[in-house]
Amino acid sequence: MKYAYYPGCSAHSTARDMHESCLAVAKELGIELQEIKGWTCCGASAAHQTDRALAASLPAANLLLAKEMGLDMVVNCAACYNRSKSANYEVVNYPAIREKVTAALGQNYDGSVAVRHFVEVLSQDFGLTKLKKAVKQSLNGLKVACYYGCYLLRPPEVTGFDNPENPTLMENLVEAVGGESLEWPGKVECCGGALNLTRTDITVALSATIIEMAEDAGAGCIVTACPMCQTSLDLRQQDMKKIHGKTYNMPVLYITQLLGLCLGISPKALGINRLMVPPKAVFQALKF
Amino acid sequence: MTIRIKKQSPGKSLRSVVEQRAEVDLSSCYQCKKCSIGCPVTGLVISPPAEIIRRLQLGAGDELLQTDLVWTCLSCETCYARCPNEINFAGIIDALRAVSLEKGLAKPKGNSPLFNRRFLDTVKSYGRAYDLQMIVAYKLGTGKLMDDMEKFPEMLKKGKIAVLPPSGADKSKVKRIFAAIKSKGKSR
Repeated sequence: MKYAYYPGCSAHSTARDMHESCLAVAKELGIELQEIKGWTCCGASAAHQTDRALAASLPAANLLLAKEMGLDMVVNCAACYNRSKSANYEVVNYPAIREKVTAALGQNYDGSVAVRHFVEVLSQDFGLTKLKKAVKQSLNGLKVACYYGCYLLRPPEVTGFDNPENPTLMENLVEAVGGESLEWPGKVECCGGALNLTRTDITVALSATIIEMAEDAGAGCIVTACPMCQTSLDLRQQDMKKIHGKTYNMPVLYITQLLGLCLGISPKALGINRLMVPPKAVFQALKF
Repeated sequence: MTIRIKKQSPGKSLRSVVEQRAEVDLSSCYQCKKCSIGCPVTGLVISPPAEIIRRLQLGAGDELLQTDLVWTCLSCETCYARCPNEINFAGIIDALRAVSLEKGLAKPKGNSPLFNRRFLDTVKSYGRAYDLQMIVAYKLGTGKLMDDMEKFPEMLKKGKIAVLPPSGADKSKVKRIFAAIKSKGKSR
């Protein structure tokens, strides 16, 4: 199993733990991730809010590099995943945009590189049976709220990730390593991450609702596959206290961090020390 | 509910401009309001998604570019995902944003346009986003330098934000993309 790997800008900044845990889990399971040389920013939300052709051209530059490698492109950041899939959708379905992308890149890109999220690779390519066999430490029934947010799921005709209203890919992974995945109402809601710095009040309000729902469902932790969601839900818990007067203490891990612990990878190698809310319930379940 | 719109300025209607840019047909909206019900910021804005569509259908003019949803929209795309007629309302919002930027009418609370410019500035310089520079430049622009400052020591200690600028990107390629898009002028 070999893929072209697109880390995304947050991999070296606010989501180092996402990147570290993805690489550690891939290595442990024998999944080869070959980093795309010279990769560039996908443009994130700033590009699509500014210019449609720019928003398609920036990810297309990386997709072209993956095409030259002859491999599917694996992305671990949900936002980069969404933007890359959108670029494919735009050049395939809208000739006028494709023309502009070609002019910007100086090269024609046909939208043919498959973009995969690492969660899809683990669930669909590697498989749950093999994952179960690789488990060294079970979660011992730890209650986990799997949180998907927006970028993986919407719009469904673009991302095609899973059932957009009731996805279960992460639940299956959690169950495979001995956790109890919860039925809870918050998993496809928006955390407000796009306005994290510009309208922090909105991000804090939406994220607090999600934490509250997970808490009500009895979750010991939330897992996510998106760096924007992780930041909103983890870092912003301090502000929820200031604004709502209620203290939350809900650990929010990347799914790859939780899986990595069950595969026997050290917490440090998974960037667990970088979390703002320490995952006490997880350590208890794993009997650390 | 009564919707009042201002008479649009002469020339191409705002509706036809955004429909053309987003490649979306608003005539298929029959106001079921699933978009408004699913929208996470419906309760926080003056006009929710379905009302924006109705206003466009009725021939609203440039005043719509300054309605709060244009920059409060989180691009969560729940509206598009749930629309029975597959109207890409998130695409309409992006088109309204682009037109409001071009007309100098984008002055929202929180200043997302400034944030986007500072973000893309770092991408232009380094080929990748440089959070620290982008955040400082944005905060300097808004005058709210002290917001979130209390979090920085812990973020630095935990390596939750990069101090040095990113390296390793093909910078010339990104510069070329920006230059080509700019030289083409308006996207459509």
